[in-house]
Amino acid sequence: MASIVLENLSKAFGKVVAVDQVNLTIQDGEFFALLGPSGCGKTTTLRMIAGLEIPTSGTIHIGDQDMTDRSPRERDVAMVFQDYALYPHMTILENIGYPLKVHGVNQAERKQRVTEVSNNLGIGYLLERRPGQISGGQQQRAAVARAVVHHAQVFLFDEPLSNLDAKLRFESRGFLKHLQKELKITTVYVTHDQAEAMALADRIAIIDHGKVAQVGSPQEVYLKPQTVFVASFLGNPPMNLLPCKFNLVKKQVQINGSQIDLTQVPQITGMKTMVSEGEDLILGIRPEHISLYAEETPQTFPAELYVTQPLGSEVLVTLQVAETPLSVRLFTDEPPELPKRVWLKPDPKRILLYRTDGMLVA
Amino acid sequence: MRKFRKLLGSVYYYLFVALVVAFFGLPLLWLILAPFNSRSYLAVEIPANPTLDNFRAVFQNKFAMHALTQSNLILAVWTMFGITLISTLTAYALSRARIPGRNYMTYSLMLFSSVVTGTAAMVPVFLIISRMGLIDSYLGVILVIIGGNLPAAIFIMRDFVDGIPRSYEESAVVSGASPFQVFLDVALPLVRPGMMVIAVWAFVNAWGAFLIPFVLLRSPNKLPASTAIYSFYTEAGTPNIKLVSAYALLYTLPVVVFYLFINWKYGFRFFGGIKR
Repeated sequence: MASIVLENLSKAFGKVVAVDQVNLTIQDGEFFALLGPSGCGKTTTLRMIAGLEIPTSGTIHIGDQDMTDRSPRERDVAMVFQDYALYPHMTILENIGYPLKVHGVNQAERKQRVTEVSNNLGIGYLLERRPGQISGGQQQRAAVARAVVHHAQVFLFDEPLSNLDAKLRFESRGFLKHLQKELKITTVYVTHDQAEAMALADRIAIIDHGKVAQVGSPQEVYLKPQTVFVASFLGNPPMNLLPCKFNLVKKQVQINGSQIDLTQVPQITGMKTMVSEGEDLILGIRPEHISLYAEETPQTFPAELYVTQPLGSEVLVTLQVAETPLSVRLFTDEPPELPKRVWLKPDPKRILLYRTDGMLVA
Repeated sequence: MRKFRKLLGSVYYYLFVALVVAFFGLPLLWLILAPFNSRSYLAVEIPANPTLDNFRAVFQNKFAMHALTQSNLILAVWTMFGITLISTLTAYALSRARIPGRNYMTYSLMLFSSVVTGTAAMVPVFLIISRMGLIDSYLGVILVIIGGNLPAAIFIMRDFVDGIPRSYEESAVVSGASPFQVFLDVALPLVRPGMMVIAVWAFVNAWGAFLIPFVLLRSPNKLPASTAIYSFYTEAGTPNIKLVSAYALLYTLPVVVFYLFINWKYGFRFFGGIKR
């Protein structure tokens, strides 16, 4: 059990800067996700915490100790790899027991602890098999068991679910979260799947090109993305981002020829004047925060219908506003008959405004 | 018409295959049949009166049998251990350590391999071994064969090690294993199939080596089978086909047996444990 503090952590491979001045504090017992597209530096960050990569600059503290230059052995961490890395020449029993063997635990105690852990994870009956003889989901549990068996102070997960099919992934997600809550061990979890990060983590750091774009609880990062990148990365489909013009005096935005009045919205009226009159802004609104109208109504803007996709409990409508695609999520199980031209009313309380450089203004 | 053409195509195909099989198969067939033949014959022929007399005659040639059971064994076994051990360690380092220019190093090794044991290098090799005072010693021959085969062995081995995901070793490192434990518990078992391939290959190369022992060894009782086979030639230089073929079969068998043993014991197989 320990907190993790990363200070000005950077890693360069030749001229490529993979991780750029990352500052993060991960609380004791927290489930922390590093989320970002592939190649953003999240795995490199995790590997630096594990001690598999040496930082170019910056420091890593685990607990109250400076671990920057320590070997992986001294860090007392456990890691689950994306490919599980179960040793093919050892049985599952030997695999799970390996960290204990390395730490000099005797064979009897080793067997007892492995049996206990593997029974807890539901793979107790597989101990005599080899990794090549069990399924992907079982391999994943064996890899988790190997990480859990020796009580490390930190768990590191490198996309452990990306090799599983959709159904197994969903099951494993619940299993991992439950396990973490039970053991209360500080966990750093790398993923490119925003749904996975949202579902599992207490807090998420969204990484973009080696830099931390935003840190916060799943609700915070989902409802109030600080940058256009975060807004477009989270959610499925992600947040709609529409170019608009802002009228500072009337507190109105102009989209596709229509005016939407924002005088009743506290975050807009209380906004510090960081924008100039008539400035081009980007309006962000989640697909579930838009209502559809067949006719023009106050506070709406027009859009062309593109396609509707019924998804069972909800319907996903894709439209075009001028040249920009936009999606609307309707919570109905009946696909509606929609005219070619519809009117959209965004929930004013949910509207976010970004500058064209991607930063949130209100 | 199309059916006929297809038929004709497969006729040509099997004709071609039969030719290739005959080309490689007939000498082997001769090697198996000729030793049991009571008359000297260079063509493949099923012996009319199978006999073991040829082998009896070969076993009586103490010089040739000594070469096969002593010199060959010493040369092949030591060379095998040397090549396998050194190439494994070198290839592992070349694959895992981030040494600048390690790819150039590997490929230039490949170039050297054909030079060192080549006929053209025999004079300098002889001079070096002579200066080292290793003429007429097994050690000299072993060193030269090891040196000549190492580059290719390292090249093959490196390719094999490159194919093993690093995450196995990294997983052991994070588990708290010392570098020595990582090598012994994880890396070595994983590269073992590759080592077995190299071992068989090195054994075969040393077992069949002719030029190097012929040039570097002096005492008749140190010569290996590849040179001792000339003792079945008459003084006029004509071979006694019956005895040469019997000796050749004895000379081949250990290699075949060794291969079968390695394949049975370790198997060139690889269990999965990495999800791709």
